[in-house]
Amino acid sequence: MRQLFLQGLMVVGVLSSAGLVVAADASPKSDKEMKPYTQKIDHTEVTFDMVPIPGGEFLMGSPKTEAGRADDEGPQHKVKIEPFWMGKHEVTWEEFELWSLLMDAKLRKFQEIAPTPLDKRADAVTKPTPPYTDMSFGMGKDGGYPAICMTQHAAKKYCEWLSAKTGIYYRLPTEAEWEYACRAGTTTPYSFGDVSKIDDYAWHAGNSAVDGEKKYHPVGKKKPNPWGLFDMHGNVAEWVQDRYEPEFYAKFPADKTTVFPLCLADEEYPRVARGGSWMFEPDKARSATRLGSDPEWKEQDPQLPKSAWYMTDALFVGFRIVRPLQVPSDDERKNLRLDAVVPKDVKERVTLED
Amino acid sequence: MDHSTESSRRDFLKTSSVAALGTAAIANFGLNSSVYASGDDTIKVGLIGCGGRGTGAATQALSTNGNVKLTAVGDAFEDAARNVLNGIKGGLKDKADRVQVSPDKIFTGFDAYQKVIDSGVDLVLLATPPGFRPIHFEYAVKAGKNIFMEKPVAVDAPGVRQVLEANKIAKQKKLKVGVGLQRHHQAPYLEAIKRIHDGAIGEILAMRVYWNGGGVWDPRITRAQAKSEMEYQMRNWYYYNWLCGDHICEQHIHNLDVGNWVKNAYPVKANGMGGRQVRIDKKYGEIYDHHYVEFEYKDGSRMYSQCRHIPNTWNSVSEFVHGTKGSANPGGQVFPTGGEAYRFSGNSKDPYQVEHDDLAAAIRQGLEYNEADNGAYSSMTSILGRMCTYSGKEITWDTAINSNISLMPKNFSFDADPPVMPREDGSYPIAVPGLTKVV
Repeated sequence: MRQLFLQGLMVVGVLSSAGLVVAADASPKSDKEMKPYTQKIDHTEVTFDMVPIPGGEFLMGSPKTEAGRADDEGPQHKVKIEPFWMGKHEVTWEEFELWSLLMDAKLRKFQEIAPTPLDKRADAVTKPTPPYTDMSFGMGKDGGYPAICMTQHAAKKYCEWLSAKTGIYYRLPTEAEWEYACRAGTTTPYSFGDVSKIDDYAWHAGNSAVDGEKKYHPVGKKKPNPWGLFDMHGNVAEWVQDRYEPEFYAKFPADKTTVFPLCLADEEYPRVARGGSWMFEPDKARSATRLGSDPEWKEQDPQLPKSAWYMTDALFVGFRIVRPLQVPSDDERKNLRLDAVVPKDVKERVTLED
Repeated sequence: MDHSTESSRRDFLKTSSVAALGTAAIANFGLNSSVYASGDDTIKVGLIGCGGRGTGAATQALSTNGNVKLTAVGDAFEDAARNVLNGIKGGLKDKADRVQVSPDKIFTGFDAYQKVIDSGVDLVLLATPPGFRPIHFEYAVKAGKNIFMEKPVAVDAPGVRQVLEANKIAKQKKLKVGVGLQRHHQAPYLEAIKRIHDGAIGEILAMRVYWNGGGVWDPRITRAQAKSEMEYQMRNWYYYNWLCGDHICEQHIHNLDVGNWVKNAYPVKANGMGGRQVRIDKKYGEIYDHHYVEFEYKDGSRMYSQCRHIPNTWNSVSEFVHGTKGSANPGGQVFPTGGEAYRFSGNSKDPYQVEHDDLAAAIRQGLEYNEADNGAYSSMTSILGRMCTYSGKEITWDTAINSNISLMPKNFSFDADPPVMPREDGSYPIAVPGLTKVV
């Protein structure tokens, strides 16, 4: 894959309108060979499922006629997506805390298991300081609940740890990859059509309450989208790679197909989270809805500088992971900020290993 | 026991919650110009304790309405005192010009607090590790300063008594004193507890309060990196009782304080158990990793309290109330039996900011505002809990608050020995129930 830098902010390759592939070296192995698989995390009982997402083209954004549409969802533009696997579910607390609470290392020590070379690599990945308070805020942890209240930086650092631990490259999806996977070939407001069927597919503000209190739910309890992905609409919003720029879509040529659009992020805010949540109304869970992060998401962090790891007030944000078929080069990972890079003006406080 | 009479408690709680509701409903007594050292309406703020919470508190104090500026800072450590200004400016963003600290007003060492207080400020923020709080509070009161102090306000009974004594003078001088128990300034708590006090769930039988989490920051430096044992413990203060009071005091006080607030009273006795089961490395000093305490109030009602610092266990930071006619979560929900549930649905502003807005408004308008007695009694509640878990004994409030066991060092300098010294292998003595003397 070849990228061109535009304005130092975004990275695109461009297909001509005649369909000639400019990026000549973009020759991934056939996505026909891609199969769903279950990733086991060594020395733990934790597994997660990955679903193959075939490469293809789609129209990103929403038409002006779509109910509930916001201006940042247009103009619609054609995007070409390379094949990848995507997490069937949002990342759960069971998965996330293997990294964030050092549970992987602790469980290994408890079971008196000697670390493998992969374990040693994973142990070397930075871990956050423990959270000041219960970051599930009483909504449930054990039993497949989605991890929440992490910064995008923490989500990316988890991916770095998971890659080290499994030996397989995982990262956050780009905003375009996320919408492509969410739409799953559909062009309607939701991957299941219009809002009338939303209760079959999504947890949102109107149906998430238990005993009168709105809350998140265990992943995978509603119907999946056409490509087998659960909770793309609702439950928790999902971090993606991109910086939030409301006019980003206007930067692409209307008559050409953009390859791998990505709005590079260096500042901490705003960054994009997709898919709506248990706290938001259904129109915020549409395939095209974009949400930019804000310093208010950690307003009640009592410390200054505020934590690099936790969003104390963002009980609606989580993430899911992808695995690109074509593993990016070290240069691509660095130049595209695909892995965790400490945002400008943010200070990491970390837990040191013994 | 005049320091804990029901009437003074009630008066205090009333004052506190009125102030917390803001100034709109309260008569404006006019500008009390004598509170401003500079003679105009600028509140000059001094910060004592330049860690993460001090930086946050200063930023919030400087984000209140009206003219306010930071003119002095102090910390035992020079690096902390020097680094704090940029942190505060960063937090203030477009109001960064409210930081006006000249180089000669950056004070360091164990006596930095005196220099900040004596530097001509109107309001001091006390945000060091809590062990120092009684000393700093007393000095600030004697100097006639308005005060915001973080919780807890003491780590032992002599410290609690020192705060209560000093606060008598503060009240005579009509000093404004805020304490960082910010739930008192959080709309969902104010609304729910008002309903509980109005009888929505009948008489209170029992309360459950929790701060079960994974723990806090790891020790920041190794012994090899420290120039002395005093520096080692000060840098890693959370793990030493003379500085921190154990996490039942440092964190769980928030939930215990809510229980006291709901009851409009403080416990008369308690018993408990606790220990140190997972966080056992010697670098973790002397504190426990779990405590369970049953507090009993004068009317026989109980507060069941859990606090735990063990990762990957059941986490909860919350309070629950059970009454004769229903139950409540004082964080914003009230459930009368057979009646209509109340759930807070308004706008809840950042309570860390609101507590400073309320204090600043009281200073500017000359309103009665003093949260120190409640801060001291709720600190004492948490100390009583620690006394019970460390000893395994049932202990009365009166015995506890009159204890003469002081945890504090005799001398304050980086060359002096802290009150708890390590053994040859670097480990510290840990409290043993049945053996350890706590009162």
